[in-house]
Amino acid sequence: MIDWVHPSFFLIFGALLIPLFKGRVQQFYVVLLPALSLLTVMLMDPGVYGVFNFLGLELVFGRADKLSLAFAYVFSSAALIGAIYAMHVKDVSQHIAAFIYAGSSLGATFAGDFITLFVFWELMAFASVWLIWARRVKASIEAGYRYLLVHAVGGLVLLAGILILYVTTGSIRFDAMQVRDTAFYLILIGFMLNAAVPPLHAWLTDAYPESTVTGAVFLSAFTTKTAVYALIRAYPGTEVLIWMGTIMALYGVVFAVLANDIRRLLGYHIISQVGYMVAAVGMGTALAINGAVAHAFTHILYKGLLFMGAGAVIQMTGRSKLSELGGIYRYMPVTFVLYMIGGFSISAFPLFSGFVSKSMEVSAAAELHLTWIWLLLTLASAGTFLHTGLKLPYFTFLGDDCGARPTEPPRNMLVAMAIAAFLCVFIGVYPDWLYNMLPHEVDYHPYTSTHVVWALQILLFTGLGFFMLVKHLGGSPKISLDMDWFYRKGAGIFMQFIYRVVVPVEDWFIQVYRYVFRGNLALGIKGLWFDKNVIDGAVNAIASAVGRCAGALRQVQTGQLQHYALIMVGSLLILSLYSLF
Amino acid sequence: MNTGKILESMMNNTKTLKRIAYVVLALTVVLDFFIERHHHVFFWEDIPGFSAAYGFISCVLIVVISKALGHYWLERSEEYYND
Repeated sequence: MIDWVHPSFFLIFGALLIPLFKGRVQQFYVVLLPALSLLTVMLMDPGVYGVFNFLGLELVFGRADKLSLAFAYVFSSAALIGAIYAMHVKDVSQHIAAFIYAGSSLGATFAGDFITLFVFWELMAFASVWLIWARRVKASIEAGYRYLLVHAVGGLVLLAGILILYVTTGSIRFDAMQVRDTAFYLILIGFMLNAAVPPLHAWLTDAYPESTVTGAVFLSAFTTKTAVYALIRAYPGTEVLIWMGTIMALYGVVFAVLANDIRRLLGYHIISQVGYMVAAVGMGTALAINGAVAHAFTHILYKGLLFMGAGAVIQMTGRSKLSELGGIYRYMPVTFVLYMIGGFSISAFPLFSGFVSKSMEVSAAAELHLTWIWLLLTLASAGTFLHTGLKLPYFTFLGDDCGARPTEPPRNMLVAMAIAAFLCVFIGVYPDWLYNMLPHEVDYHPYTSTHVVWALQILLFTGLGFFMLVKHLGGSPKISLDMDWFYRKGAGIFMQFIYRVVVPVEDWFIQVYRYVFRGNLALGIKGLWFDKNVIDGAVNAIASAVGRCAGALRQVQTGQLQHYALIMVGSLLILSLYSLF
Repeated sequence: MNTGKILESMMNNTKTLKRIAYVVLALTVVLDFFIERHHHVFFWEDIPGFSAAYGFISCVLIVVISKALGHYWLERSEEYYND
């Protein structure tokens, strides 16, 4: 009897069998795998499973406690919703990549040591890049390479940190970091890169908008939230994260104003939302950590819903820019309504899931009397509604008619969106379902009259501001510079340096070489003969002699400790006798 | 489609919608004068209508600052990285 099955098993190994099935059976199988994975998580009891010894290291594949189970629950739910959304996709490679990606994310969540974490961490990067490449256009191939290179660097930094941690402490346990040494900061940087903390965030908004319609739904769920999980695990109460998270929340909001591509706008709001979670990890109190987990949980569902809505628009209209969209609510009303449920959830309207989760983090800031953090996080939440709840839907679905005449997306896409929308409302109405999963005891009541009125005022008056400024808020066919400038333009400058400086210098050396050594070519040929026959011969002779000696010596090796000890003691005796006389 | 019909009739009656919206806005502020306040951390939590003002100011600030950053510094043509 097997007492524990890793939920990643179905996703990672099950994915490899997808090509064996065809048509309807394949569609059923694609939905079955994440369903089995979710079922495994639901049936799992807290405990430590799957412990292996490998080269003297203790690898833990299954640390199941309230924290990892909460994340695993929402990760496998997101995989299931994503699979339903992607059911109609004929490209098998996308299914395989998405499932290996989701499975690795679950693997990282259950990892109890840094080596296991690292392996799944890297697997995530290599699987997810395929979801970007699979769109098979030039822009996505290029963005995918940049994504992969940035994550490779991040992975190396993380690995360096893990190695230093192992050398200095002798432990690879994946728990709260104790000492603030080099390893502490290297691992933190590795985690922050995946959480998209500025200035290490540009990979996200560069690559996600270039991915496939269904791929973006998976991408929006796993990488950043696995990093949030890792931060909660290893860095609770690290004060520097409070400010970094708050800046992150504002950064995403500012750039979302400038974004024209709808999925890039949503990408900047991932950064903004994860900023709240990072800040909450920095606060580190029970309320803040509960808030970070709750927010990650609800965020995965509503952000998935928003990406599904945006993806449906892109698939059915072939357009992805605010400046080219508008007025399509008549043709995609169901998509519009489902998208708006996601929009209200991320904006934290009462009765939607953001209201019961994000507010925990803001309350945690109040509890710690962090005045500025509180004010800035509240400001950022106004920005969230402004873009995700107003600007994007207004200029995509309402606004001026763009001339596109799309239809509603395939039924499976709508079903996936409806499931996510249902969960957003369900959690908003019945938050105790979520609160029971959180790592700490919850003593938080979101539905007080002050909180509801407070939230409604903030949001509705943001709406008033939007409609007053609406003429200036439409998308313009421009892009905005971000940190990726440094490696996109920087690479060009580097290549210029190569062409203008390195190549001429190398050329000069080649000229010198020709003039000085061409005359001596004959000498060179003689040298070659000498090299081949004399030097190589000597080397080969020595090598074979050593080989023969080694063969002879091998006979002496008995493998018995007593014999070695005897020889050592004997040698010592001879040496000491020698030194005496 | 039913949903489409409802939405379309809403879009054809923006004037009514606007009026309803203004009433709701006023209502949230009026309500703020009458609700019971239990515990507070920051002094502004006792000022009725503070969050309405803060929400509005936040919205305008975000738009103005971001647009200025974009206009004077960050915005480029779409072909910027392809040249």
